[in-house]
Amino acid sequence: MSGTFVGMPAFPKAAHEAVGNQTLRGNLRHATHTIRAKRAKAVAEVSDWAALREAGKRIKDHTLRHLDRYLEQLEESVTAAGGTVHWAADAEEANRIVAQLVKETGESEVVKVKSMATQEIGLNEALEAEGIRAYETDLAELIVQLGKDRPSHILVPAIHRNRGEIRDIFEREMSEWGRPAPEGLTDTPAELAEAARLHLREKFLRAKVGISGANFMVAETGTLVVVESEGNGRMCLTLPETLISVVGIEKIVPTWRDLEVFLQTLPRSSTAERMNPYTSMWTGTTDGDGPQTFHLVLLDNGRTDTLADEVGRQALRCIRCSACLNVCPVYERAGGHAYGSVYPGPIGAILSPQLRGTASEIDASLPYASSLCGACYEVCPVAIDIPEVLVHLRERVVEGGQVVREGNKVVLQPAKGHAAERTAMRAARWAFTHPGALRTGQRLASRTRRLHPRTLPGPGRAWSDSRDLPAVPAEPFRDWWQRTNGGKGGAK
Amino acid sequence: MRVALFLTCVNDTLYPDTGRAVVKLLTRLGVEVDFPMAQTCCGQAHYNTGYRHETEPLARHFSDVFADYEAIVTPSGSCGAMVRELYPRMGERARAEGRGDSLAATLERVVPKTYELTEFLVDVLGVTDVGACYPHRVTYHPTCHGLRSLGLGDRPRRLLEAVKGLELVELPGAEECCGFGGTFALKNADVSAAMGTDKVRNAESTGAEVLCAADNSCLMHIGGTMTRLDSGMRPVHIAEILASTEEEPAA
Amino acid sequence: MSSRERVLGRVRRALADVPKDDTPYEQVVPRDYLREHGERSVEETVNLLAENLADYRALVHRTTTDELPYLIMRLLAERGPQYVLVPPWLPPEWMSAADPTRVHDRAVSTPHELDKVDSVVTGCAVAIAETGTIVLDGSPDQGRRRITLVPDHHICVVRVPEQVVSSVPQALERLDPARPLTWISGPSATSDIELDRVEGVHGPRTLEVVLVSDQPSADVNS
Repeated sequence: MSGTFVGMPAFPKAAHEAVGNQTLRGNLRHATHTIRAKRAKAVAEVSDWAALREAGKRIKDHTLRHLDRYLEQLEESVTAAGGTVHWAADAEEANRIVAQLVKETGESEVVKVKSMATQEIGLNEALEAEGIRAYETDLAELIVQLGKDRPSHILVPAIHRNRGEIRDIFEREMSEWGRPAPEGLTDTPAELAEAARLHLREKFLRAKVGISGANFMVAETGTLVVVESEGNGRMCLTLPETLISVVGIEKIVPTWRDLEVFLQTLPRSSTAERMNPYTSMWTGTTDGDGPQTFHLVLLDNGRTDTLADEVGRQALRCIRCSACLNVCPVYERAGGHAYGSVYPGPIGAILSPQLRGTASEIDASLPYASSLCGACYEVCPVAIDIPEVLVHLRERVVEGGQVVREGNKVVLQPAKGHAAERTAMRAARWAFTHPGALRTGQRLASRTRRLHPRTLPGPGRAWSDSRDLPAVPAEPFRDWWQRTNGGKGGAK
Repeated sequence: MRVALFLTCVNDTLYPDTGRAVVKLLTRLGVEVDFPMAQTCCGQAHYNTGYRHETEPLARHFSDVFADYEAIVTPSGSCGAMVRELYPRMGERARAEGRGDSLAATLERVVPKTYELTEFLVDVLGVTDVGACYPHRVTYHPTCHGLRSLGLGDRPRRLLEAVKGLELVELPGAEECCGFGGTFALKNADVSAAMGTDKVRNAESTGAEVLCAADNSCLMHIGGTMTRLDSGMRPVHIAEILASTEEEPAA
Repeated sequence: MSSRERVLGRVRRALADVPKDDTPYEQVVPRDYLREHGERSVEETVNLLAENLADYRALVHRTTTDELPYLIMRLLAERGPQYVLVPPWLPPEWMSAADPTRVHDRAVSTPHELDKVDSVVTGCAVAIAETGTIVLDGSPDQGRRRITLVPDHHICVVRVPEQVVSSVPQALERLDPARPLTWISGPSATSDIELDRVEGVHGPRTLEVVLVSDQPSADVNS
């Protein structure tokens, strides 16, 4: 899907349209508010949440700090268990490896479990170009694929669609891809789920190649873990003869025991359940059970560049739960598409500009797509301080500086679009370090207050288009303080 | 106790009534308040917009102005959070950039003794009933930095509940951001305005006359939205409510 | 340079600023979270399992070893299935009273053949009370992963209290990572439509969990 995000407009422009779309606003509001309350309840059930959160953070930090060692250990364990490990430095290489592996099986179609990594690299489009059809099997992914749409949420890519829209898409498009939607399909969620079950079953049963990502990879044992709800994951992971898993290198945990933390925090944070319906764990291949050929493609694609940033690297702790999206007031109103990436919401605003760099208009605008309210940090089950990273990336945009891109150190120039702002900030800094100058400005504002317009020209219109300006008082506080001797000198 | 009022540049310029209310309130509670005339701005807007290096001189200036006081009190959750949460981070970053401990050492002088007003009242002075009277129906919006960075918790609520005549009503979606967010209000004006509108609609649904908060930056945004929407409500800083008495009621 | 070397080289360069730290892993992570939530008797733990299974719409039954064959017979008869799949080493007495045609899973059974089967009966490796989860590990009384996936009706027998643990950490301790594991918490479900949970997508839409013990106990919801 990444291809469809190229040339996205900057966030404010995309958000402008979303804010005006009443259906979208309603859909997002309904879905995010439903899950918010449920998550809070699921988390409150566990009295040691803070300790689990801290442990999750430490496990991930430690792993990242010794990532080379754990990657080598993982490779060894997976190989010993009968799997084959491939390494991909970027999206193009990962796509090439997967396409080649599929071709070697002689198949021209694959079934896919929902995977952020394969969306990120645009695998479906790359396979299509090689004559291989990839069927998405997660319900929401299916809705997106059938609707020729883009995902707008990490967990629920079709969150921007309500049940009526989903019904229409199924009725219109299913026949193009296989079994048509049942006659007289209504918009009740159970019927929609049933339609997906029927539509996909024939694809599962005949599939010879499955493609997945993974939520966790255990270095010590070589075990991969996929957490899901519908059973499409189990179908793709167990029925085909060949399984190819494309997984970001940051998905490692050192030991089997570490899963005890994340299997408690992930379901409660993402779908607000004590436990998700299905979790599959496999270690290499098992004789007579499941795929007899297993390939693991370890994906970098900007992750090591992110790792090189001492403030930004905490984003690699992310376990893709989407709790930050669900609580974010900006996401709720702008929608996922405005973020121009498969990773929307607060985590996307810090992940995309790191994985892809800040060169494009959309990526340079993402660090500003937040009011820094901190709700995302509060719910993050691995304690990623998203506001801290946002501000850090803002600094990268306006000040430039040294970063790592594709493994090489490069020096970024300050972004051009911020020249006027930079001048204003410098001027303000000068005034604020010269109290006399500040005072002169304040007095000028007070004396001319009757002349102030209610609306502002130029960039100030961004404020006054929707909000009135505060009235400027007759005198600033400091003048009153001095005039009245701190209020003691007679004035009221 | 000799306390410095760090009023903040926004309050100094646009909301002197809040400053006067803080002085009146603290004086009534027996605190000797000083307003160091050399104070300007904590640098929050610079820092949060990405101009950390431009912020450093402002932070040093802040420290120079306030370091000698026993306590520094500010009627702003976000400026309080700037000093308490972000000054230490600036010091760490300077250190990580190989620029030594000088910035960290300078800022350490002010960080631990900077208090947001309600924190100062409840934690330092140990009062929740400040002898105020404010016979109005009020709803309280906990601003994000006060709520999440400073962890003000129920302090403002306890103070308001003790105010004579004040009827406190629950704000639906109280903990959701109002959409101000500093330069966010300009850079993402559409989303900011949508958030502001929802906040005002929620506030109106309470039937309160007054929306109260402990940060005038947020109130500027909420208030500007209220008048634009012709809402009958008014934004009022908590200091002005707490300063109000039967003898000298707030305007 | 191979991509392996390229990626590992990037990782090492990226971490150049990180001071060396050889603290053993056991000391790095504070494991001060709970091994289980709350104190419960064995019986209470089993009750909690039943409660949480039912909360996520599994149908829970309790019975004794002696009564188990009759319960299984009844559960299968209620569905009226013609074909029932059983793993290779399901205790034969479990099915001793059941009428339907038994289908034994064979390595050559294709997914299409499995799709014709109505129900499957298995044991399990462990069950987790706090989350209402049963875990299958491919042991001979559970069979290959696919047999509990393709049929629409799964009856899973849990021996209580010996197969029941309180919590996720306790379950992981009992499990062997080298085996293929499937954790099941209720029937297949989705939250993909308006972020609200709906049961019944690709996995079995009916999950019946039979808690079997040597001691008679009150039936929970059947």
